[in-house]
Amino acid sequence: MATPPNRIAASAGGKKDQGFVYLPLIAGWLVPGAGHFLLGKWWRGALLAASIVAMFVLGLAMKGKLYTSAGDILDLLGLVGDLGNGLLYFVSRTLGLGADQVQVTTAEYGRAFIVVAGLLNVMSAIDAHNLRTGRKQG
Amino acid sequence: MHPSHLTAVFLFALCASTVFGITMRDTPRKMLRYGIYCFTLFVGSAIVLSWVMFFIAR
Repeated sequence: MATPPNRIAASAGGKKDQGFVYLPLIAGWLVPGAGHFLLGKWWRGALLAASIVAMFVLGLAMKGKLYTSAGDILDLLGLVGDLGNGLLYFVSRTLGLGADQVQVTTAEYGRAFIVVAGLLNVMSAIDAHNLRTGRKQG
Repeated sequence: MHPSHLTAVFLFALCASTVFGITMRDTPRKMLRYGIYCFTLFVGSAIVLSWVMFFIAR
């Protein structure tokens, strides 16, 4: 839940404002949970990492498709979702994981798992950014 | 891996609810409550919509 502006103002000017403010956002995107780890939120980071990595791996295990190009608008949306996984996506692409075409029934589930894992990872990274800037308390 | 549709729903709901709970609430207690709320809605809506589609198809 977003924190009201008066609480944002109250948290400004503290030790949190030192350093590169976007580091938790970028780290959280590249490695699930890393943004929260940088802020010392170990349990939250571990739970987020476990959930997102599990979802991505389950998607691959179900022979889900990894989008590699943006031929039409639906492919573009899928690619954007996949890119949300950060390094998980790039490493999987490099290793040739994921199906190119739908071959089994569960591949549709797998494709959805991979795309949603990417979108959840973006949410997680933004949450880390909000904690870093003081927009969110806790 | 070839899970049933219901198993896939449970796995999806578990992971998504965990992230929703942590990112959308401020305190651990509220996170847990919201995570359980989201999980219930994910699974419940999937079951209800499945029955709706079953009766539409008959």
